[in-house]
Amino acid sequence: MKQTTLHDTHAALGARLVEFGGWHMPVQYGPILEEVKCVRERAGIFDLGHMGRVRVFGPDRVSFLDSITSNFVARIPDGAIRYSLFCGRDGYPIDDLLVYVDPEYVRLVINAANTEADLAFLHEHAEGFNVTIEDRTDRTTMIAVQGPEALEILQSACDSDLSKIGYYRFGRSTVCSIPNTLLSRTGYTGEDGFEIYLREEDGVDVWNALLEIGRPRGLQPIGLGARDTLRLEAGMALYGHELSPAHHALEAGLDFAVSFAEEKGDWVGRDALKALGESSTRTLVGVTAEGKRPPRMGYPVLADGVQVGEIRSGSISPTLGTNIGTAYVEQEFSAPGTELAMDLRGKAAPILVHPLPFYSRTRKPKKS
Amino acid sequence: MRPDDRQYLSSHEWVKIEDDTATIGITDFAVDELCSGNEGDLVYCDLPELGRQVEAGETFGEIESVKAVSDLNSPVAGEIVEVNPDIEDHLEILSDDPWDRGWLIRVKVGKGDGASLLDATAYEELIAEKA
Repeated sequence: MKQTTLHDTHAALGARLVEFGGWHMPVQYGPILEEVKCVRERAGIFDLGHMGRVRVFGPDRVSFLDSITSNFVARIPDGAIRYSLFCGRDGYPIDDLLVYVDPEYVRLVINAANTEADLAFLHEHAEGFNVTIEDRTDRTTMIAVQGPEALEILQSACDSDLSKIGYYRFGRSTVCSIPNTLLSRTGYTGEDGFEIYLREEDGVDVWNALLEIGRPRGLQPIGLGARDTLRLEAGMALYGHELSPAHHALEAGLDFAVSFAEEKGDWVGRDALKALGESSTRTLVGVTAEGKRPPRMGYPVLADGVQVGEIRSGSISPTLGTNIGTAYVEQEFSAPGTELAMDLRGKAAPILVHPLPFYSRTRKPKKS
Repeated sequence: MRPDDRQYLSSHEWVKIEDDTATIGITDFAVDELCSGNEGDLVYCDLPELGRQVEAGETFGEIESVKAVSDLNSPVAGEIVEVNPDIEDHLEILSDDPWDRGWLIRVKVGKGDGASLLDATAYEELIAEKA
């Protein structure tokens, strides 16, 4: 199992470490639901060293990436970030990723478990393009600070005005006396915050310094368990759940990350995905479950005892005060408020279709 | 050392057989795997109806934490004759006392092959490999 540079720091903090995407990662430091609340109400710091980090250099980098990812890379301004997908020739996703357009190169941030497959995919399609692909995962690390207090906490560790970095933009600042450090206003929690890119050898010092600076404002280390609940409440897809080799971007509601624009040209999986989108009869929905048991991946979804879908993610939601999940259901059962059931080994438990996202810090939650 | 008056399944259930009655529970290791020392992380325990027949190794219920659901497997074959009525509303019993008050079910041992059971020493070795 691979270890991030912060592995021993997590162990010293009392974290429970588990295998995740080939890495030994903290799933929690304390009760998961308390960690969720901490990020929603104050701020949390996350080790994201396991995420794959790749740079693409060369004069053809933008046209290359436009030929292999779903979003329109040539339209991303310098300093901006977009969510995108790698698709196979069959149109189904290989991974989802963030694309950072820097004047010098394009940075890709990919899922830990898919890093190897993504690199193979990049190299497979690079022929004929003047590009260099550099896997930076092992030489760098990544820390996120997320939550309503995140900006204030980070600002006190930085020498430039972080409020000037807009949502899904990135910039550079001295962070905890490390000069020229890249920060992006991104995250996977539904809260405001930043992801910070560091040289591997600076990871521990910056983590410890930020924890110290943030402690008076309630900053705590947060594990991947809470991160999963936070992203689910915020309605964000997770590869292997809402997206998979059998669940494509259009039925997952990710149209915003898929460009069929003629100017973009063809890209791997384009026509196949378009056809999948036209023929798909199911759609991703949110569900709530009032009983004791949260939805869990794989539970059949029933309407009048007949299977009409499947749960793909689930969690207790401390923010909503109920159990939540996502499910793929046939479109006729996808309207918010539709009463369905989930099959708990032969016992049917009621669930209710709920709009996604469950939680938005900028929008009032919609009632179903 | 875990109690040596009983036997264990590699899936972390224990069974204590007295006369023809088997008392079945889960080990402290199982509880800790589920809730990581945070007893509030246990959310649900689904126990069977009285009178149900189970085979050795068969799943008789489920226990759920914030993170995951785990099967509860019977170490012996027989008829379920008693279910601990306190567990459903007091999951903290499993953290406080998994060996005694935290028993889950009692089975009247019937005919049929037993599951492959470990004694306390072998179970300790299994746990040591995981740690």
